[in-house]
Amino acid sequence: MAGQKKMNFKEMMNKPERLAPGHRMCAGCGGTIAVRAVLRALHEGDYAVVGNATGCLEVSSFMYPYTAYEDSYIHNTFENAGATLSGVETAYNILKRKGKVKENYKFITFGGDGGTYDIGLQSLSGAMERNHDMVYVCYDNGAYMNTGIQRSSATPMFADTTTTPVGSQSVGKMQNRKDLAAILAAHDIPYVAQSTFLGNFSDLHKKSEKAIYTEGACFLNVMAPCPRGWVYNTEDIMEICRLGVETCYWPLFEVVNGQWILNYEPKKKLPIEEFLRKQGRFKHLFKPGNEHLIEQFQAEVDRRWEDLLFKCSR
Amino acid sequence: MGIRERLSGNEAVAYAIKQVNPDVMPAFPITPSTEIPQIVASYIANGEMDTEFIPVESEHSAMSATIGASAAGARALTATSSCGMALMWELLYVAASNRLPLALTLVNRALSGPININCDHSDSMGARDSGWIQVYAENNQEVYDNFIQAYRISEHKDVHLPIMICQDGFITSHALANIELLEDDKVKQFVGEYTPENFLLNSKEPMSLGPYAVSNYYMETKKAQTEAMKNAKKVILDVGKEFGEMSGRTYGFFEEYRLEDADYAVVIIGSAAGTTKDAIDQLRSQGKKVGLLKLRVFRPFPDKEIADALRNCKAIGIMDRSESFSGQAGPLTAEVTAALYRYKVDSNIVSYIYGLGGRDYRAEDALEVFSELEDVTVNGKEIEQFRYIGLRSR
Repeated sequence: MAGQKKMNFKEMMNKPERLAPGHRMCAGCGGTIAVRAVLRALHEGDYAVVGNATGCLEVSSFMYPYTAYEDSYIHNTFENAGATLSGVETAYNILKRKGKVKENYKFITFGGDGGTYDIGLQSLSGAMERNHDMVYVCYDNGAYMNTGIQRSSATPMFADTTTTPVGSQSVGKMQNRKDLAAILAAHDIPYVAQSTFLGNFSDLHKKSEKAIYTEGACFLNVMAPCPRGWVYNTEDIMEICRLGVETCYWPLFEVVNGQWILNYEPKKKLPIEEFLRKQGRFKHLFKPGNEHLIEQFQAEVDRRWEDLLFKCSR
Repeated sequence: MGIRERLSGNEAVAYAIKQVNPDVMPAFPITPSTEIPQIVASYIANGEMDTEFIPVESEHSAMSATIGASAAGARALTATSSCGMALMWELLYVAASNRLPLALTLVNRALSGPININCDHSDSMGARDSGWIQVYAENNQEVYDNFIQAYRISEHKDVHLPIMICQDGFITSHALANIELLEDDKVKQFVGEYTPENFLLNSKEPMSLGPYAVSNYYMETKKAQTEAMKNAKKVILDVGKEFGEMSGRTYGFFEEYRLEDADYAVVIIGSAAGTTKDAIDQLRSQGKKVGLLKLRVFRPFPDKEIADALRNCKAIGIMDRSESFSGQAGPLTAEVTAALYRYKVDSNIVSYIYGLGGRDYRAEDALEVFSELEDVTVNGKEIEQFRYIGLRSR
């Protein structure tokens, strides 16, 4: 990372914030934490254009006439954050070549799982395949939270959402999650990583910096819990993220030029109940008679974990 | 003196794009506009222009990336037709409300279904309320000239609106015709450099674009757009005049063909005007006082000017190349009729639907229209006021 002086944790946390306070996201929201953490990895002196798919983040951080962004920012619609930033990045390339823009710019766009896994998947895929020099960050909170907690293809199995409500004939969402990071890795882009909020944020920071300063299209999938949708006490967010990693529900890995790298392997993999128990959206799983559902969930986590270990061992 | 050539409408627009040399062009192929990005891509591949071409994966992304590029501070455009524009629909409104002066070269084609690749105006007419300037052409020369004028209109500080340069699918886009091209340096000088006031890549003044605006601000953005659209009227006339001084071809809101003393007039958009002119010449040689108003600019809509031009006509046939399924008129008829009523022009009006999905419009059809208009007026014949012409007899 040429040009960036080494910073310790305190210095890093004292860098000027690029997401200003005063936005209207909920207390305990993972989305905002993800944005601050990713933007913190921008080197001082580098400019950025921040993109955003429609979602909670957009409608809460840029309510006319107030913007929370210190950098330039563009929101277009729900399903086109990838394409929009590809236009911005291309404009930068030619304006820089023509001498009309002198400064160094980086291009980072944020989308929730709705705008990324689902409605925006085509636009994302196109932008990644064309290898625009940009980072797409999915803050994955596992449902359409902005419209009121409807299921998405990122919603885990058995989660209680407003379109997969738990009822006398329903145990929540019946399908498993889409493995978006693997889909992005299959685009053969320079860098794909999965992270979340842990300890001193070193994992997310390093991955953000790597994504921002790797030339070409990069993708970060960040598990970003939502207190309303997941139904937890706001102060529990860090513990939930830790349990997501320790149970191997949300493994930390990178795919660098096609090479899968596991970043963390728990010494003792915790049972999935530990992760599920903290969240109201899974509370029905703990009712007597539903033990088999937890077993099914565990089997799926195990299967995916084994698959990841295999990918990373090649 | 211009350069004499023979080009199709698509070739003519692509040539104009090369001469204007915009910064960024994202595009996705769709018949009949596909040639435009193809030709531009080959100009770039051969070093004849330095536009950045983005081969996007859909028209939705084409307009999304065009918006991104324009917001960033680049002169940007895309090309499409029909369903391609339908897929952009949501973004058309975003481009306009963000006040981005980008261009779309539209090759008009029928919307599905049934799927049909031929000309009608259902694509652009459907987008008439999206906040874009719409300029139509009768022939290859006009679409070339219109594109050269596009950015001068859209980028004007009193306007700042996206602009749609339309031509008729296949009829002009694929037919070769004689054309007079302008010299590169003349075009460059006429169009000028793009120097946006606010843009994303302005390090001195970062910008946020695309806000959430609730009911306390939304309505004012619409009012601002409508004011800009009204301002565009003067700018379109000024640019059309200045273009005329350079090229010898002056443009306004519409062309009046033998209209001044006409008792019977046809109002029409696009290539069918040429066919209608032929019919008018035939009828004039028989002493019939007939004429044509060929509308070039549909947005902004020159209502008073149209009403004044048609004030002395006894009967007017208004020709729509798209349906609006109101059961009483196509979109052009509805707007022209409203203008005539507002400015107190009292004529017999008949609404015609013609040429949908590429159905031929022949001089005989125009002759029939004029004959009906005369019959209605002179003989008091009662006919259905909303008519289809050129339908199959079986």
